Formats: sequence, C-alpha cells, structure tokens
Amino acid sequence: MSKVARAWREYPGKYNLEGTKCGNCGTIFFPRRDFCPKCRREGIGKMQKHRVQREGEIFTFSVIYEAPACNSFLKPYAVAMVKTKDGVLVSGQLVDIELDKIAIGMPVRAVLRKLDEDGASGIIHYGFKFVPIK
Amino acid sequence: MRDVAIIGVGATKFGELWDRSFRSIGIEAGMKAIEDANLSGSEIDGLFIGNMSAGRFINQQHINALIADYSGMATHNIPATRVEAGGASGGVAFGQAVMAVASGIHDTVLVGGAEKMTDLDDTSINTIMDATADAEWEAGMGLTLASLYAMIARRVMYEGTATRDEIASVAVNSHFHGALNPAAQFRKEIVLEAVTRSGPVADPLGMFDCAPITDGAAAVVLCPLEEAKKHTDSYVKVSAIAQGSDTLALFQRPDITRFGATVAASKRAYEIAGITAADISVAEIHDDFSIAGILALQDLGLYKKGEAGKAFLSGETRVGAGKVAINTSGGLKARGYPIGASGVAQIAEITDQLRGKADKRQVANARYGLAQSVGGTGSTVAVSIMEAI
Repeated sequence: MSKVARAWREYPGKYNLEGTKCGNCGTIFFPRRDFCPKCRREGIGKMQKHRVQREGEIFTFSVIYEAPACNSFLKPYAVAMVKTKDGVLVSGQLVDIELDKIAIGMPVRAVLRKLDEDGASGIIHYGFKFVPIK
Repeated sequence: MRDVAIIGVGATKFGELWDRSFRSIGIEAGMKAIEDANLSGSEIDGLFIGNMSAGRFINQQHINALIADYSGMATHNIPATRVEAGGASGGVAFGQAVMAVASGIHDTVLVGGAEKMTDLDDTSINTIMDATADAEWEAGMGLTLASLYAMIARRVMYEGTATRDEIASVAVNSHFHGALNPAAQFRKEIVLEAVTRSGPVADPLGMFDCAPITDGAAAVVLCPLEEAKKHTDSYVKVSAIAQGSDTLALFQRPDITRFGATVAASKRAYEIAGITAADISVAEIHDDFSIAGILALQDLGLYKKGEAGKAFLSGETRVGAGKVAINTSGGLKARGYPIGASGVAQIAEITDQLRGKADKRQVANARYGLAQSVGGTGSTVAVSIMEAI
C-alpha cells in the first residue's frame, strides 16, 4: 500500500509544522510551497525550510458532531484555525480542552498526537493538534 | 466569438431515488432537455457532463463515455467530456460548453450534470465531500467540510456581519421556495427555530443549515444565438460566463468571511454582460451550507457586507418581494444537492425564470438572472448570467 509512503513524505509538516519561507520577500507558507505566489519568478530557488511557531491563538473554531468513520470515536471533538506567532494560519484539532470553554483569541500550542489509523492492521498516523496554554 | 443561447432544459426529480441508477437519471435529464429544445438528438455535436465523484459514489470512472453511450450519442462518435470541480462541477461544465459553442468549435451542445449519491452510506458520502477541501491539510487533520463552513460562520458572527438567526434564515428562504417546486427534494416550509434547534453537525451549524444528500440530474441544450429561433421560440441568451479560483485550503486565506473567487468571477461576468449587480432580478446561489448564502449575496455585489443576513431574515429574498429573488428552485438546501448536477440545475431554473416557465415560483418581468456554483470552500466558483429574449 502506498499509504505508508504518502504519510512518510509529509512527516516534516505533520510532526514539526515545517513549511517554507520565501528568501525573496520573507513570507512564510504552511504547508510547504515550491515557489512563492507573491514573488513568482524572483522567488524560484529561494524557498527555505521554515518551522512555523508552535504557539498561537484561536482564530475561529467548530465542534464536530458528525465525523468521518476514522474519527467517530472522538465525537464530539473540536477543530480550529490557529494564527501562529508567525502570523500564519494553520488548521487542526483542539484537544485537552473543555468544549464549552473554547473562545476566539484563546492561546494554544501545537503538540504531537495520534491523528487516526488505517484500520486494525494499518499504520497509525501522527500529527499536530492544539492544546490550550494554561 | 458567437453569442450563445439556451434552447432547452430538463431535470429529474431530486431526492433519494433508490430505484434509479446513475445512467438512468442522466439520460432522463438529457432526453427532457433535447425534447424541450425540439431536437431529435442527432443535431448534438458535443456533450459535456458535470460530475464530481462517480468513481467513489458508484465505482464508475469514465463517466463521459457512459453518458455518451446511453444517450445514444456514441453511435455518432461525438466528443463527450466529463468536468470535475468539486461542488462547482456543473457550473464549470456549463462554462466549458458555452465556450465550445461561442468559439465555433461546436454548434449544438448538450450539457448535463449528474450525481448518484445514495448508493453509499451517509458517513462515506460525507468523507467524499470532505475531499473537496484540502485532503492532506484539512480533511487529513480531522476537519470536515461542514466544520470549515462552521468556522466561517463563527468568524462572521464574531465580526458582527451576520447573526445566527440571519444565517439560519438562508435555509428558511430555500425551503419557502422548495415548497413551490414539484421537483424539489423537500417541499415543505420550515420555521427559523427548525434550523437553530436542529441537531448539531459542526457547531454553530446544525443539520438544517446543511444541504441534503441527493440523487439527481439536470441538462441544458446550447446553440448559437442566431440559430436558436430555428428550433424554438422559448430560449434565453447566455450573457456571460466567468470562473474564479482561490486557495484549496481555507486557512491559507487572510479573510474567510468572503470568497475572493466569487468576487472575481462575478465582477468579470458583470463586465462581459455589460450590466451591474443591480440589473439582476433572480439568482441561484450555492447554499450547500446556510452561511454560504450570506457570503454569496455579498460577494456577488447584490448586498453590502452586513446586509445579506438582514435580507434573508426579513424575507425580501423571496419571490414576489420585489427585490432579487434568491434560490427560487429551493436552492441546494431544499431542491437538493446532487453535487455535479446542481450547477446545471441552477442554469435550468434561471432559464425557466427568464422565459416565464417557472410556474408558482415565477419572478415578474425578470430580464437578467445569475447562477453561482461553488467548489469546496470557494476554491472554484463559476458565475453565469442569462438574459431574457
């Protein structure tokens, strides 16, 4: 199955929030991009690996009650768009949090957690989720 | 470039059509459109079909060949092309077909849209819908399409440009019109509380904020405007087609309370048609989630930011209210949302409005009508404008 390779090649982004930074204009992108949409030709070959700041605040959020089969045991669970300290927006789940206490502006931090698994004998997928900063 | 006319439309009933197959509904819509255009079918020299995911819904790829075959057109070996653009598949297919006729490459073209969804269970269907967002960085992280629209709604409410009741009233508006459409999946009016108290799907959106799972197909026939009269007295002109794109993932945009692709496509469409938003009398918009209706009216320039919700809540978006009538077909919410079919069904509804065939839903004296078809969270938007003759 190619699912192993598909997961493996995204480890830098999924585990470490590794995106890219344009060496020409300094804009940070997550996930990684191969060239900068702002600089276009001037930015080609100048993209650098950049780990996005793991801390940020909730920009918007939702609590999911109808979930894909792989996440049905999590229901209900929260998801958010988080604005990191780099000013980059990133989407992910919110965990270790009381669902009725979530608010826009709440400070959160990315941690490594289990995302889901490919059935009983498939590989387990890990990636970042966000927890509140106490 | 030649002007293009719509000379015939057809659609199946929308709903959970357990007894009907993909090919059966696709052919019914096409046959109705050809009959409506007073053609035999042998005049058709090109076929376009909007379909999002037959590969996953019914395990059938190569949809263009299937439809060409069962519509009897493969015997003439005419070219058939399947178009996929998520929820915008139908709108984009229509645009491709208009370009084919306008350019002179084709003369008489059938545009179909079809989706057979209910052969799968609801959870599997929703997972396929989620794949119209970013499968790696949104769906793959546990987000659903509903949750993305819910996060837009949360942000809109936070910024104060629409209230929860105003957002919910988008669904009330669609159901008001769905009750008037014999082909709609839900032919029943609902009250605001039915939406705000519906079971949660992705907070703050509940079940009644979301368009249903639907089987259905729609089709329209195009030809050069100057040849339309040869076939029928009942036709409309395609004044403009335009299309816009945006980032695949919602989180890559600085402002999620507007769809830049809708803004760009509608601006271009108004320019091509030589009109402004104020000239539109009737519009079909992509209300796959209630909040999308708020964004649509604002992004299309029909209402200023902060005013769309008030328009829905006050009922001025309804037929006969004297303003722009929104989703007279029942929209995606009440007419139903067979994904690839919806963009084409919108064109059929606008065509019927502009040629006075919309029965109880008829908007008086409509000259210009608009259709907006959206893929994912606004990553693809097709905007089309039709004019009465």
